[in-house]
Amino acid sequence: MKFNEIKNHLARYTVGIAGAGGLGSNCAVALARSGIGRLVIADYDIVESSNLNRQYYFADQTGMKKTEALKDNLNRINPGLRIEVHDIKLSAYNIPIIYRDCDIIVEAFDSCQMKEMLAETVMCTWPQRPLVMGSGLAGYGKTNELRERVIGNTLIICGDEKTETSDELPPMAPRVGIVANMQANAVVEILMKSKNHEDKT
Amino acid sequence: MKIRLNNRPEQFDRDEMTVTEMLDIKRFSYKMRIVRINGKLIKRDDYDKAVIRNGDDVQMWYLMSGG
Repeated sequence: MKFNEIKNHLARYTVGIAGAGGLGSNCAVALARSGIGRLVIADYDIVESSNLNRQYYFADQTGMKKTEALKDNLNRINPGLRIEVHDIKLSAYNIPIIYRDCDIIVEAFDSCQMKEMLAETVMCTWPQRPLVMGSGLAGYGKTNELRERVIGNTLIICGDEKTETSDELPPMAPRVGIVANMQANAVVEILMKSKNHEDKT
Repeated sequence: MKIRLNNRPEQFDRDEMTVTEMLDIKRFSYKMRIVRINGKLIKRDDYDKAVIRNGDDVQMWYLMSGG
């Protein structure tokens, strides 16, 4: 299939991204370049210099809200992309509202407590909605341990499900970027299934 | 009893067990995880109550910090 056909199909969809750190910012960039129609992104943080080792921000954006900085960067990549940002801390109360019209949701948090909260909220609110999670990306090397695991029809886990970030095992651009792009790749694959289905019928 | 755990067949020497019991038997000690039985989410507070029976499909995945 030609890229234009893929892009035209992906333009119909809205993807929700929960968190705009290492996973969320890099995943959003990959989706913007792929031609997704609309992104809904939420984060309450600001860009700090310590984020620049892996997150899709620039040194001159330090101090900006991540949602605003990411919106700027995504617009520079793909001016046709529709972007809705929420400068808010996500919770079990606001997730069902913020992501209500998303076709698929990407979990892109740093903390495992937030990952748990989002997974529970999404699965309880929309049991059939695809959810792409990131779990296990700390340190460097061990590329072959990063993998995608599909659970049921709607849940995808990207990462090694083993490594946890710490002072001795920091998150770094290569592995975080791989997992973020694995998540974007899973989103594209899921959304293209309907195109392949349409083409056959 | 026979179940499927993360798509692999597993056998346990009992008729049924709670999620907590399965985690003990399998020595799954890492705390941050999601568990589903036949696709139904089991919240952490319900691990002592939720019963796994013969033929059930149990899915479990770990939540690691970092992103």
